[in-house]
Amino acid sequence: MPFKKKAKPNPEIPTSALPDIIFMLLFFFMVSTVMRENTLKVNVLLPQANQVQKMEKANLVANIYIGKPKEADQFGTAPRIQVNDVFINLDQIQQFAIEAIANVPEVDKNRFRVAIKGDVGLDMGVVIDIREELRETEALKIYYAASKGGDE
Amino acid sequence: MGKKKRDDVGVNASSMADIAFLLLIFFLVTTRIASEKGVYRDLAPKPEGEVPPVELNKRNVYKIIINSNNELLIEGDEGKMSQIKKEIKAHVNNYGADPELSVSPKDAIISIKTDRGTDYTTYLTVLDEILQGYNELRAEYLSQKLGEKITVDDFLEISRQDTQVNKDRYKLAKEKYPLNVSDAEPTGGGAK
Repeated sequence: MPFKKKAKPNPEIPTSALPDIIFMLLFFFMVSTVMRENTLKVNVLLPQANQVQKMEKANLVANIYIGKPKEADQFGTAPRIQVNDVFINLDQIQQFAIEAIANVPEVDKNRFRVAIKGDVGLDMGVVIDIREELRETEALKIYYAASKGGDE
Repeated sequence: MGKKKRDDVGVNASSMADIAFLLLIFFLVTTRIASEKGVYRDLAPKPEGEVPPVELNKRNVYKIIINSNNELLIEGDEGKMSQIKKEIKAHVNNYGADPELSVSPKDAIISIKTDRGTDYTTYLTVLDEILQGYNELRAEYLSQKLGEKITVDDFLEISRQDTQVNKDRYKLAKEKYPLNVSDAEPTGGGAK
Protein backbone atom coordinates (compact mmCIF):
# COMPACT_ATOMS: atom_id res chain seq x y z
CA MET A 1 0.00 0.00 0.00
CA PRO A 2 1.33 3.48 -0.90
CA PHE A 3 1.54 5.05 2.53
CA LYS A 4 4.12 7.59 1.46
CA LYS A 5 1.63 9.57 -0.58
CA LYS A 6 -0.58 10.38 2.39
CA ALA A 7 2.26 11.66 4.44
CA LYS A 8 2.82 14.51 2.01
CA PRO A 9 1.72 17.76 3.75
CA ASN A 10 -0.64 20.15 1.98
CA PRO A 11 0.69 23.70 2.34
CA GLU A 12 -2.47 25.43 1.09
CA ILE A 13 -5.23 26.76 3.31
CA PRO A 14 -8.43 24.91 2.48
CA THR A 15 -10.78 27.40 0.84
CA SER A 16 -13.55 25.01 0.02
CA ALA A 17 -15.67 26.32 2.91
CA LEU A 18 -15.40 29.93 1.79
CA PRO A 19 -18.25 29.78 -0.73
CA ASP A 20 -20.47 28.32 1.96
CA ILE A 21 -19.73 31.19 4.28
CA ILE A 22 -20.33 33.76 1.57
CA PHE A 23 -23.54 32.02 0.56
CA MET A 24 -24.72 32.17 4.12
CA LEU A 25 -24.07 35.91 4.16
CA LEU A 26 -25.86 36.18 0.85
CA PHE A 27 -28.90 34.35 2.14
CA PHE A 28 -28.92 36.49 5.25
CA PHE A 29 -29.07 39.64 3.15
CA MET A 30 -31.60 38.18 0.78
CA VAL A 31 -33.90 37.31 3.65
CA SER A 32 -33.42 40.38 5.78
CA THR A 33 -33.81 43.03 3.12
CA VAL A 34 -37.37 43.82 2.27
CA MET A 35 -38.19 44.24 -1.33
CA ARG A 36 -41.14 46.43 -2.16
CA GLU A 37 -44.15 44.22 -1.67
CA ASN A 38 -46.66 46.10 -3.68
CA THR A 39 -46.30 46.80 -7.31
CA LEU A 40 -47.35 50.38 -7.58
CA LYS A 41 -50.07 51.13 -10.03
CA VAL A 42 -49.90 54.81 -9.33
CA ASN A 43 -47.06 57.27 -9.67
CA VAL A 44 -46.01 58.44 -6.26
CA LEU A 45 -43.27 60.98 -5.83
CA LEU A 46 -43.20 61.84 -2.16
CA PRO A 47 -43.10 65.48 -1.12
CA GLN A 48 -40.26 66.76 1.01
CA ALA A 49 -40.55 67.70 4.63
CA ASN A 50 -38.16 68.51 7.41
CA GLN A 51 -39.82 67.17 10.53
CA VAL A 52 -40.00 63.56 9.45
CA GLN A 53 -39.85 60.55 11.71
CA LYS A 54 -38.80 57.05 10.89
CA MET A 55 -41.84 54.86 10.52
CA GLU A 56 -42.48 51.74 12.51
CA LYS A 57 -41.72 48.27 11.20
CA ALA A 58 -43.41 47.47 7.91
CA ASN A 59 -45.88 45.03 9.43
CA LEU A 60 -47.24 47.76 11.71
CA VAL A 61 -47.82 50.27 8.96
CA ALA A 62 -50.67 50.17 6.48
CA ASN A 63 -49.87 51.99 3.28
CA ILE A 64 -52.29 54.01 1.24
CA TYR A 65 -50.90 55.18 -2.06
CA ILE A 66 -52.50 58.09 -3.87
CA GLY A 67 -51.46 59.34 -7.26
CA LYS A 68 -52.15 59.35 -10.92
CA PRO A 69 -52.46 55.86 -12.42
CA LYS A 70 -49.48 54.67 -14.40
CA GLU A 71 -51.66 53.22 -17.10
CA ALA A 72 -53.45 56.41 -17.95
CA ASP A 73 -55.16 55.04 -21.03
CA GLN A 74 -56.85 52.38 -18.91
CA PHE A 75 -57.53 54.14 -15.63
CA GLY A 76 -57.59 57.80 -16.58
CA THR A 77 -55.55 60.61 -15.16
CA ALA A 78 -57.57 61.42 -12.06
CA PRO A 79 -55.77 60.50 -8.81
CA ARG A 80 -56.62 57.02 -7.59
CA ILE A 81 -56.18 55.29 -4.26
CA GLN A 82 -54.21 52.07 -4.09
CA VAL A 83 -53.88 49.75 -1.14
CA ASN A 84 -52.08 46.44 -1.27
CA ASP A 85 -52.27 45.58 -4.93
CA VAL A 86 -55.60 47.05 -5.93
CA PHE A 87 -57.34 50.31 -6.54
CA ILE A 88 -60.05 51.03 -4.04
CA ASN A 89 -62.73 53.62 -3.72
CA LEU A 90 -63.11 56.06 -0.91
CA ASP A 91 -65.88 54.08 0.77
CA GLN A 92 -63.59 51.05 1.10
CA ILE A 93 -60.99 52.92 3.15
CA GLN A 94 -62.75 52.21 6.42
CA GLN A 95 -62.92 48.52 5.75
CA PHE A 96 -59.28 48.51 4.75
CA ALA A 97 -58.29 50.26 7.99
CA ILE A 98 -60.35 47.88 10.11
CA GLU A 99 -58.83 44.83 8.42
CA ALA A 100 -55.34 46.26 8.77
CA ILE A 101 -55.84 46.83 12.48
CA ALA A 102 -57.18 43.31 12.89
CA ASN A 103 -53.99 41.90 11.37
CA VAL A 104 -51.77 43.56 13.93
CA PRO A 105 -50.87 41.51 17.01
CA GLU A 106 -52.63 42.64 20.17
CA VAL A 107 -49.44 43.86 21.89
CA ASP A 108 -48.59 46.16 19.02
CA LYS A 109 -52.03 47.64 18.55
CA ASN A 110 -51.05 51.07 19.83
CA ARG A 111 -48.10 51.18 17.49
CA PHE A 112 -50.24 50.71 14.43
CA ARG A 113 -49.95 53.52 11.89
CA VAL A 114 -51.43 54.37 8.57
CA ALA A 115 -49.06 55.90 6.07
CA ILE A 116 -50.58 58.14 3.45
CA LYS A 117 -48.20 58.09 0.53
CA GLY A 118 -49.42 60.91 -1.59
CA ASP A 119 -47.89 62.20 -4.76
CA VAL A 120 -46.56 65.77 -4.84
CA GLY A 121 -49.06 66.75 -7.49
CA LEU A 122 -52.14 65.96 -5.41
CA ASP A 123 -54.84 68.36 -4.36
CA MET A 124 -55.95 68.36 -0.75
CA GLY A 125 -59.45 67.14 -1.63
CA VAL A 126 -58.64 63.45 -1.85
CA VAL A 127 -56.32 63.61 1.15
CA ILE A 128 -59.03 65.28 3.21
CA ASP A 129 -61.54 62.63 2.14
CA ILE A 130 -59.23 59.82 3.24
CA ARG A 131 -58.50 61.60 6.48
CA GLU A 132 -62.20 61.94 7.20
CA GLU A 133 -62.74 58.25 6.44
CA LEU A 134 -59.92 57.26 8.78
CA ARG A 135 -61.37 59.41 11.52
CA GLU A 136 -64.39 57.12 11.48
CA THR A 137 -62.17 54.18 12.38
CA GLU A 138 -59.64 53.57 15.10
CA ALA A 139 -56.73 54.22 12.78
CA LEU A 140 -56.06 57.71 14.06
CA LYS A 141 -52.30 57.73 14.01
CA ILE A 142 -51.11 58.56 10.56
CA TYR A 143 -48.04 59.54 8.67
CA TYR A 144 -47.90 61.76 5.68
CA ALA A 145 -45.05 59.97 3.97
CA ALA A 146 -42.33 62.35 2.93
CA SER A 147 -38.68 62.31 2.18
CA LYS A 148 -36.31 64.22 4.37
CA GLY A 149 -35.39 67.52 2.87
CA GLY A 150 -36.63 71.02 2.54
CA ASP A 151 -35.31 74.17 4.06
CA GLU A 152 -34.07 74.31 7.60
CA MET B 1 1.55 9.83 -13.64
CA GLY B 2 -1.39 8.02 -12.07
CA LYS B 3 -0.80 9.87 -8.84
CA LYS B 4 -1.25 13.28 -10.45
CA LYS B 5 -4.58 12.34 -12.03
CA ARG B 6 -6.09 11.47 -8.68
CA ASP B 7 -5.26 14.93 -7.28
CA ASP B 8 -7.35 16.69 -9.95
CA VAL B 9 -10.58 14.85 -9.34
CA GLY B 10 -12.40 17.60 -7.38
CA VAL B 11 -14.12 20.52 -9.09
CA ASN B 12 -12.17 23.70 -8.70
CA ALA B 13 -14.33 25.59 -6.20
CA SER B 14 -12.18 28.59 -5.51
CA SER B 15 -14.05 30.77 -7.98
CA MET B 16 -17.32 29.90 -6.29
CA ALA B 17 -16.41 32.40 -3.60
CA ASP B 18 -15.92 35.07 -6.20
CA ILE B 19 -19.27 34.36 -7.78
CA ALA B 20 -21.00 34.42 -4.41
CA PHE B 21 -19.21 37.65 -3.57
CA LEU B 22 -20.51 39.22 -6.75
CA LEU B 23 -24.06 38.15 -5.87
CA LEU B 24 -23.61 39.43 -2.35
CA ILE B 25 -22.42 42.82 -3.56
CA PHE B 26 -25.28 42.96 -6.04
CA PHE B 27 -27.80 42.45 -3.24
CA LEU B 28 -26.04 44.86 -0.96
CA VAL B 29 -26.21 47.57 -3.58
CA THR B 30 -29.67 47.01 -4.99
CA THR B 31 -31.73 46.43 -1.87
CA ARG B 32 -32.32 49.44 0.25
CA ILE B 33 -33.04 48.74 3.85
CA ALA B 34 -36.49 50.04 4.50
CA SER B 35 -36.17 53.48 6.03
CA GLU B 36 -39.51 55.02 5.37
CA LYS B 37 -40.18 58.39 6.82
CA GLY B 38 -43.16 60.60 7.27
CA VAL B 39 -44.74 63.50 9.07
CA TYR B 40 -46.66 62.15 12.03
CA ARG B 41 -50.17 63.34 12.85
CA ASP B 42 -52.76 62.36 15.41
CA LEU B 43 -56.23 62.57 13.99
CA ALA B 44 -59.14 63.60 16.14
CA PRO B 45 -61.79 60.91 16.32
CA LYS B 46 -65.13 61.75 14.78
CA PRO B 47 -67.38 63.12 17.50
CA GLU B 48 -70.45 61.08 18.24
CA GLY B 49 -73.68 62.94 17.81
CA GLU B 50 -73.98 66.68 17.69
CA VAL B 51 -71.33 68.55 19.59
CA PRO B 52 -72.00 72.17 20.48
CA PRO B 53 -69.26 74.45 19.15
CA VAL B 54 -66.66 75.17 21.78
CA GLU B 55 -66.11 78.77 22.70
CA LEU B 56 -62.49 79.51 22.08
CA ASN B 57 -60.71 82.57 23.21
CA LYS B 58 -59.78 84.19 19.93
CA ARG B 59 -56.33 85.16 21.07
CA ASN B 60 -55.38 81.54 21.61
CA VAL B 61 -56.03 80.52 18.04
CA TYR B 62 -53.41 81.02 15.39
CA LYS B 63 -55.26 80.76 12.13
CA ILE B 64 -53.73 79.75 8.84
CA ILE B 65 -55.92 79.61 5.78
CA ILE B 66 -54.65 78.32 2.46
CA ASN B 67 -56.72 78.95 -0.62
CA SER B 68 -56.82 76.98 -3.83
CA ASN B 69 -54.08 79.15 -5.32
CA ASN B 70 -51.82 78.15 -2.42
CA GLU B 71 -51.89 81.65 -1.00
CA LEU B 72 -51.64 81.98 2.73
CA LEU B 73 -53.87 84.01 4.96
CA ILE B 74 -52.28 84.13 8.38
CA GLU B 75 -54.21 85.69 11.23
CA GLY B 76 -56.28 87.64 8.73
CA ASP B 77 -53.39 88.99 6.70
CA GLU B 78 -51.65 87.81 3.61
CA GLY B 79 -48.67 85.85 4.77
CA LYS B 80 -45.57 84.03 3.71
CA MET B 81 -44.40 80.51 4.47
CA SER B 82 -41.21 81.80 6.08
CA GLN B 83 -42.99 83.69 8.86
CA ILE B 84 -44.96 80.73 10.20
CA LYS B 85 -42.29 79.09 12.30
CA LYS B 86 -41.20 82.28 14.02
CA GLU B 87 -44.74 83.41 14.70
CA ILE B 88 -45.78 80.01 16.02
CA LYS B 89 -42.96 80.07 18.50
CA ALA B 90 -43.90 83.56 19.63
CA HIS B 91 -47.56 82.63 19.76
CA VAL B 92 -47.10 79.48 21.81
CA ASN B 93 -44.47 80.86 24.12
CA ASN B 94 -46.34 84.07 24.86
CA TYR B 95 -47.68 83.37 28.37
CA GLY B 96 -50.20 86.18 28.11
CA ALA B 97 -47.63 88.89 27.49
CA ASP B 98 -48.96 90.04 24.13
CA PRO B 99 -52.76 90.43 24.26
CA GLU B 100 -52.99 89.25 20.65
CA LEU B 101 -51.22 85.96 21.29
CA SER B 102 -51.91 82.91 23.40
CA VAL B 103 -52.45 82.81 27.14
CA SER B 104 -50.26 79.75 27.69
CA PRO B 105 -48.75 76.95 25.62
CA LYS B 106 -51.51 74.65 26.81
CA ASP B 107 -54.22 76.92 25.47
CA ALA B 108 -52.52 77.72 22.18
CA ILE B 109 -54.22 76.25 19.16
CA ILE B 110 -53.05 76.26 15.59
CA SER B 111 -55.79 75.98 13.03
CA ILE B 112 -55.13 75.11 9.42
CA LYS B 113 -57.93 75.56 6.98
CA THR B 114 -57.37 74.44 3.45
CA ASP B 115 -59.36 74.40 0.29
CA ARG B 116 -60.05 71.16 -1.51
CA GLY B 117 -58.01 72.55 -4.35
CA THR B 118 -54.99 73.42 -2.25
CA ASP B 119 -51.84 71.55 -3.22
CA TYR B 120 -51.00 68.68 -0.90
CA THR B 121 -47.39 69.81 -0.95
CA THR B 122 -48.29 73.28 0.27
CA TYR B 123 -50.34 71.87 3.10
CA LEU B 124 -47.53 69.56 4.10
CA THR B 125 -45.02 72.39 4.03
CA VAL B 126 -47.23 74.48 6.32
CA LEU B 127 -47.66 71.51 8.65
CA ASP B 128 -43.92 70.99 8.56
CA GLU B 129 -43.25 74.61 9.48
CA ILE B 130 -45.64 74.36 12.42
CA LEU B 131 -44.07 71.16 13.66
CA GLN B 132 -40.66 72.69 13.26
CA GLY B 133 -41.68 75.57 15.51
CA TYR B 134 -43.12 73.25 18.10
CA ASN B 135 -40.24 70.80 17.98
CA GLU B 136 -37.72 73.56 18.44
CA LEU B 137 -39.58 74.75 21.52
CA ARG B 138 -39.81 71.22 22.84
CA ALA B 139 -36.16 70.47 22.17
CA GLU B 140 -35.12 73.68 23.92
CA TYR B 141 -37.32 72.83 26.87
CA LEU B 142 -35.96 69.31 27.15
CA SER B 143 -32.38 70.53 26.89
CA GLN B 144 -33.04 72.89 29.75
CA LYS B 145 -34.90 70.35 31.83
CA LEU B 146 -32.51 67.45 31.38
CA GLY B 147 -29.34 69.48 31.31
CA GLU B 148 -28.10 67.93 28.10
CA LYS B 149 -28.09 69.22 24.58
CA ILE B 150 -31.10 68.00 22.65
CA THR B 151 -31.43 69.09 19.06
CA VAL B 152 -34.56 69.04 16.96
CA ASP B 153 -33.34 65.88 15.27
CA ASP B 154 -32.82 64.28 18.66
CA PHE B 155 -36.32 65.25 19.56
CA LEU B 156 -37.70 63.66 16.42
CA GLU B 157 -35.97 60.47 17.49
CA ILE B 158 -37.48 60.83 20.94
CA SER B 159 -40.96 61.34 19.55
CA ARG B 160 -40.90 57.84 18.09
CA GLN B 161 -41.35 56.72 21.71
CA ASP B 162 -39.80 53.35 21.04
CA THR B 163 -38.06 53.09 24.39
CA GLN B 164 -39.18 53.87 27.91
CA VAL B 165 -36.69 56.75 28.20
CA ASN B 166 -37.98 58.31 25.02
CA LYS B 167 -41.55 57.79 26.14
CA ASP B 168 -40.92 59.64 29.38
CA ARG B 169 -39.07 62.43 27.67
CA TYR B 170 -41.73 62.82 25.04
CA LYS B 171 -44.38 62.97 27.72
CA LEU B 172 -42.44 65.66 29.52
CA ALA B 173 -42.24 67.77 26.39
CA LYS B 174 -45.83 67.11 25.49
CA GLU B 175 -47.08 68.19 28.87
CA LYS B 176 -45.26 71.48 28.52
CA TYR B 177 -46.04 72.10 24.87
CA PRO B 178 -49.04 70.05 23.79
CA LEU B 179 -49.45 70.09 20.05
CA ASN B 180 -52.88 71.44 19.29
CA VAL B 181 -53.09 71.58 15.55
CA SER B 182 -56.55 71.33 14.19
CA ASP B 183 -57.57 70.77 10.62
CA ALA B 184 -60.64 72.87 10.03
CA GLU B 185 -63.40 71.82 7.67
CA PRO B 186 -62.17 72.52 4.17
CA THR B 187 -63.56 75.17 1.93
CA GLY B 188 -64.62 74.34 -1.60
CA GLY B 189 -67.57 71.99 -1.59
CA GLY B 190 -68.24 68.76 -3.38
CA ALA B 191 -66.86 66.42 -0.75
CA LYS B 192 -66.84 62.77 -1.81
